Amino acid sequence: MGSPRLRLLVALLLAAVLGLCIALPWIKTPVLLALSNGLAVLGVIVLIRAGQVSFGHAMFACLAGYGVAFAGRASHLDALLLVALGSVGAAAAGALIGLFMVRYRGIFFGMLNLAFSMVLFSVLGKFGAITGGTDGLRFDRPTFAGQALEREGFETALLGLALLLAVLAGLAVQRYFGSVNGQALAAIKSNETRLEYLGISAKRVFWGGYVLSAALCGIGGSLFALTQGLVTPEMGYWVRSGEVVFIAILGGSGHAVGAFVGAFVFEFVKLYAAALLTGAWQLVLGVVLIVMVFAAPTGLFGLVEKHLRAKVPQGSKP
Amino acid sequence: MKTAAHAAAHAAPPTALLSTRGLSLSFGGVVAADGIDFDLMPGERLAVVGQNGAGKTTFINICTGYLLPASGQVFFAGNEVTGQSPRQITRLGVGRSFQMPQVFVDHTVRQCLMLAASAVQQRRGFWLPLDRAVDVHEVDATLELLQLQDRAGDLAGALPEGQRKLLDVAMALVLRPQLMIMDEPTSGVSSDEKHPLMAVLMRALDERKVTSIFVEHDIDIVRRYATRLAAWIAGKIAADGAPDEVLRDPVVIKNVIGE
Amino acid sequence: MDASLIVLALMDGVSYAALLFLVALGLTLIFGVMRILNIAHGSLYAWGGYFAATLGLAITQFGLPAWLGLPALFVAALVIGGLLGTLLEWALLRRILDKDPILQLLVTFAAFMVLEDLQRLIWGTQPVFVSDVVNQLGTLQVVGVTYTRYQLLVLPAVAVAAFFGLNWFLNRTALGRQVTAVTHHREMATAMGVNTHRVMGLTIAIGGALGALGGALASPTTSFTPGIGADMMVLSFAVVATAGLGQIGGAALAALMIGLARSFAVYLMPEVEVLMPYLIMVGVLLLRPEGLFSTVAARRI
Repeated sequence: MGSPRLRLLVALLLAAVLGLCIALPWIKTPVLLALSNGLAVLGVIVLIRAGQVSFGHAMFACLAGYGVAFAGRASHLDALLLVALGSVGAAAAGALIGLFMVRYRGIFFGMLNLAFSMVLFSVLGKFGAITGGTDGLRFDRPTFAGQALEREGFETALLGLALLLAVLAGLAVQRYFGSVNGQALAAIKSNETRLEYLGISAKRVFWGGYVLSAALCGIGGSLFALTQGLVTPEMGYWVRSGEVVFIAILGGSGHAVGAFVGAFVFEFVKLYAAALLTGAWQLVLGVVLIVMVFAAPTGLFGLVEKHLRAKVPQGSKP
Repeated sequence: MKTAAHAAAHAAPPTALLSTRGLSLSFGGVVAADGIDFDLMPGERLAVVGQNGAGKTTFINICTGYLLPASGQVFFAGNEVTGQSPRQITRLGVGRSFQMPQVFVDHTVRQCLMLAASAVQQRRGFWLPLDRAVDVHEVDATLELLQLQDRAGDLAGALPEGQRKLLDVAMALVLRPQLMIMDEPTSGVSSDEKHPLMAVLMRALDERKVTSIFVEHDIDIVRRYATRLAAWIAGKIAADGAPDEVLRDPVVIKNVIGE
Repeated sequence: MDASLIVLALMDGVSYAALLFLVALGLTLIFGVMRILNIAHGSLYAWGGYFAATLGLAITQFGLPAWLGLPALFVAALVIGGLLGTLLEWALLRRILDKDPILQLLVTFAAFMVLEDLQRLIWGTQPVFVSDVVNQLGTLQVVGVTYTRYQLLVLPAVAVAAFFGLNWFLNRTALGRQVTAVTHHREMATAMGVNTHRVMGLTIAIGGALGALGGALASPTTSFTPGIGADMMVLSFAVVATAGLGQIGGAALAALMIGLARSFAVYLMPEVEVLMPYLIMVGVLLLRPEGLFSTVAARRI
């Protein structure tokens, strides 16, 4: 995957994250949140590849989270199974919703996703008897790979899982981008008419991307739910969806690594703003993003990416 | 109004590659297609001429599925294709290039062709990188045929107009079409580039044994490369036959070529 | 459901729709002229409301005559909406006109985030509720149902005035016709000599003032807390999307539709109340994505 320099950078980042978690045990929670968020951002990056942006993708993370909560309360399934369940559920929802969704482009695509997510949000908030209402649903800490663990141990195990899933997802998405379907997805952005005139169904390709994006949000949402032990309708609120897109642009929507770079920056600014800036993290990040759109529209990772390409003969493009 | 009897009496010849019967379509008050009956045989190189608005592009759009005719039928290789989508008709063996070349501007030339190739090659492989999922030899052969091999690694959006036109055709050619429809292949290209461009295109089509239709405004090019010429006037085919003959037709001279 | 409940639901729906309409009008106006969906519009609503409440408190504190209460709301809206709107336009919106649509949305989202935090820093997290104006105007009885004059008379009157006022402005004044020209075709308007920057600046100021007016007028009957801007943003967006982006008359009808759907739901099936606007939005987008009252076809394949 990528150039040797990129691989080195990713390895260094991973080592740094692991080192931090060992040195400062309390940092595991924010790291877990960043990884969960990063996975959702990865999902949105897939759609951005097709030139489309969804302002409702938090709904898939939310669905997965509630799936985990319901399953966790109803039957004491293992954490690994819960993650699988949440992710598959989100993917299935994405497959179903995607059937309608892939006929839309541009602002209508964004709006319809938003509308669906707000329907979900409203339902979760109002039908309290089933969903726990605006207070949400709590569920007990499940076993992890068959072991019953205390909070500390569970979080460590979950962190390991999240790191693994993040790396695998990043690799998978990059691989997808280089594959026939991923390249066709990118072609939707530049010339959908041409795709049709090549005999390729743009709708089918887009649907595949949509399902993938929903699945990724689902994995993120499942991990988030397990980290918090609590799911609330806020997980699916439109501002959450907006933040996911925000992070995608902040980190850089051109490469999977950008999703996680953005998510970590986001999470840690939030953390430090609480301590240092009376919690005004939105102010800070808002200004940062505005500056970036003008100065560095390819995102934080986009700035770095140029320097990571190994010297290759003219005419190479990932 | 064409009746069923009329249609039966003038049924599409079984060996025709492309046929239309009674093709009609109007936009607002303008008649873009006026009951067109037409047959194209394999191996022909048909040039289409006519003034702007005469209905040439409308005809192409209907034949390639982009527009639905108000009435009439289109047949390709003996099968009726009226009302099918561009995607379906492309898959049956019709390639198309456009007046404004339709390429993937953010992809490289080679990637554009590989994407096209992926549409016809079975070995898709979900996780395989694009260049391993398609037959790169065929892609490279097509690149050479259209003299684009030196630009293989450049972004399609960075190509000059002439090469972009070649790429547009190359992408369709990779699909192994039986019929290639080209809408003004030499327009937008400087006059000293027109003939070399057309020569490359036609050699490529001959090499691949592809029947072709091309809309053209340049009469010299028509004379030099077409085996047949059809002149469009007000949604109808006013003259159809050997280029030299059609070009001597006074109606054609008056309405299409001008003096 | 007996007659008095129906009347109550109707009045509720109409007064609520009036507020929705004002905010949606601002949003759709800005979209029409700039082709950008201003996500920070919800913040203008919130700031309008908070500032109106601040003015209301000041009136009481400084012992100013109580009748200033109602005009103060309008002053609040004009000042805040006009100022913030103009600032947004000058600092951000005019500089992103030619950028990728995704980036445009993100910039307005970032502006929304900034304004949310600033609002929290200025007004805090405690609910702000200044209802003097409503109390002053008292109540009246309609078909045996008691209703506040404020909600029954003032709100719809303002909405109707805004609607006709805006239409008059757009169709009968030179400047307004320039706005219409820019809405339909920016490049052509520029070619015809219209100073599009001035037109856009003016339209944003008007749109911003309308959004803030919605908030200012809502403040006597609503408790303002952090997050209220976000709620109104997505709600007004539902109205705009249902009507069709840029549709003014349509926005009025859509606001009425959604307002009434919501108020009737409150009395018939309360759980669905919050759901109604978004169900309507989904329905409209699936069946007619360009909006119920739009004349342009949507980008659908």
